[in-house]
Amino acid sequence: MTSEVTPAAGRGTVRRLAGTLHRRPRLRLALLLTAPLLWLTVLYLGSLTVLFVSAFWTTNSFTSQVVKVWSTDNFHALFTTPVFRQVILRSVGVALAVTVLCAVIAFPVAFYTARVARPKWRPLLVVAILTPLWASYLVKVYAWRLILSEGGLADWILKPLGLSGPGFGLPATVLTLTYLWLPYMILPIHTALEQLPANLLDASADLGAKAGRTFRSVVLPMVLPSVAAGSVFTFSLSLGDYITVQIVGGKTQLVGNLVYSNIELNLPMAAALGTVPVLVIVLYLLAIRRTGALTSL
Amino acid sequence: MRLTRTLVATAGTAALLLTAACGSSGNGSSATGLNPPDLKAPTKLGKTEGQVNLIAWAGYVENGSNDPKVDWVSDFQKQTGCQVHSKVAASSDEMVKLMKTGEYDAVSASGDASLRLIASGDAAPVNTDLVPNYKDVFSGLKNGSWNSVKGQMYGIPHGRGANLLMYNTEKVSPAPTSWSAVFDDAPKYKGHVTAYDSPIYIADAALYLKSTRPDLKIKNPYALDQKQFDAAVALLKKQNADIGEYWSDYLKEISAFKSGDSVVGTTWQVIASLTAGEGAKVKAFVPKEGSTGWSDTWMVSAKAKHPNCAYKWLDWIVSPKVNAQVAEYFGEAPANSKACAETSDKNFCTTYHAADEGYWKNIAFWNTPIEQCLDGRTDVTCVPYAKWVQAWTEIKG
Repeated sequence: MTSEVTPAAGRGTVRRLAGTLHRRPRLRLALLLTAPLLWLTVLYLGSLTVLFVSAFWTTNSFTSQVVKVWSTDNFHALFTTPVFRQVILRSVGVALAVTVLCAVIAFPVAFYTARVARPKWRPLLVVAILTPLWASYLVKVYAWRLILSEGGLADWILKPLGLSGPGFGLPATVLTLTYLWLPYMILPIHTALEQLPANLLDASADLGAKAGRTFRSVVLPMVLPSVAAGSVFTFSLSLGDYITVQIVGGKTQLVGNLVYSNIELNLPMAAALGTVPVLVIVLYLLAIRRTGALTSL
Repeated sequence: MRLTRTLVATAGTAALLLTAACGSSGNGSSATGLNPPDLKAPTKLGKTEGQVNLIAWAGYVENGSNDPKVDWVSDFQKQTGCQVHSKVAASSDEMVKLMKTGEYDAVSASGDASLRLIASGDAAPVNTDLVPNYKDVFSGLKNGSWNSVKGQMYGIPHGRGANLLMYNTEKVSPAPTSWSAVFDDAPKYKGHVTAYDSPIYIADAALYLKSTRPDLKIKNPYALDQKQFDAAVALLKKQNADIGEYWSDYLKEISAFKSGDSVVGTTWQVIASLTAGEGAKVKAFVPKEGSTGWSDTWMVSAKAKHPNCAYKWLDWIVSPKVNAQVAEYFGEAPANSKACAETSDKNFCTTYHAADEGYWKNIAFWNTPIEQCLDGRTDVTCVPYAKWVQAWTEIKG
């Protein structure tokens, strides 16, 4: 008997609840957004705030305990110590170089996969571009360590030309990071090129434009926002990386390494260093926004 | 050198001194200038608490989960009823941080962490009478400046190792005899020199300057005044131009020496053995200037919730058989003199110079640089470790 009553009652409750939700759109919205908003404000923005605030604290030099005394010493050190300035500039340089290299390599690849290859092969090609993302980050970086090591693949290929590989260092870091983040650049460009209406290209040709002119005046303006979108990924991922540089970077240090080496002994200094990439990315996003690229995302 | 002399003197009568655990010898006190909080070591052990929380270097607390054949925790748990929970720390700094939480009972601290733990009152003095196997520990490891204060031990020595100079016998000739191979002669191997990636490596430069620049009057590579420190840093900045890469992960060093990316630089015996075992033509030795080294100490937290189990662990880890197992697995000289009879490789103790006190006399064990000079000077202040960390960042550039 009871087993018959319960589902009916349950159904009634559900119906009543549904009715309430239907009548009150605000309640519906609140329920829907509470969890994500909590995540965004408390966990995400909250931890960023803590990061920023703790950058103003100091540490006891012997016990390395955090002393909660307000001071701008860390930021002062950030701007006045030559080594910090140098490392920050180097990191931004690496991120820019990786982004430019990714864009230059990704464009022809995406053009081929989106417009030149036969349509039935295109999904397969996209899968092929994505496969490296399935492999472990560390495996890929260590593979590059083997390629670039003394007498490795790079040396072996370049030997007939009388050259040798770049060895470990800054060029190796840029190369490896470019390899790692390339799919993030190819995909948005591929999508943009795929959606490019063919009749625009035809119209351009009809009006007498040559291939170069069509590329400059039709293709590039329409694909540029996607390049910008891809560059946000490649730039921010490169700026935050500190493992690749440890494995193939030789003695190079980037901002991430400085944060890592300070995190145990001098947390406030690590926090101050950690705000630098955040600031750089914000500036980068603002610059991208000025180009108008973000509106079409 | 006052401290060293005192220590040599006390080492002989160590057992005697230590029975009077709470009394102090007084002699060494002014030498370090270190006045730790007044904590008491237990005088007798109580009932075991059923569990113990440890902080350890990777490979120090093995229960068979990494390799079923490598297990010295299970028997301990069976015999004492103390369930072992261990946390692997990646660096000395992490160990210090974890100890501060008060959630752990014991830690395998290296010399660059132990003094910090003693000074901050996080590590308690240890009553070595409650650790029966302590009597068999090599005398060179007892009452070291890195594990004791004023004749009071703050832990039980676990083992030791030296930072050796390794070179590729095919590419480096003539065979080096001095650390100059990585300092003054480094340009010969530009781009293929390697060094240990840690601020404590500054001591290696100081050790080299101790014999090559007598005018600097360096006595202890961990007690550097500003002038001596600046000279060591300048030497390392010069060396940086010839460095191929710094290493901290030992697998990375093995691969670099195998491929020839590195041909000369600092190493540990275990890395040298593994690299040679993989077919690389390398040799490792202690250069004529001597060398830096490390010696780990099991320390008990002042806030330990399971002190009795912690003492049981301290005794267990330096018991001959287990100490031999750990030493062979990790690749270091055991602390217990009877461990040498228990190693599976009968040459192990010879290779690692376990009983060769003459060998260890030339090794300056890692210590925490503090403002009060560790060599006993009182007319100057020394550069503390925090400054070493900053300088290390600048050296790498």
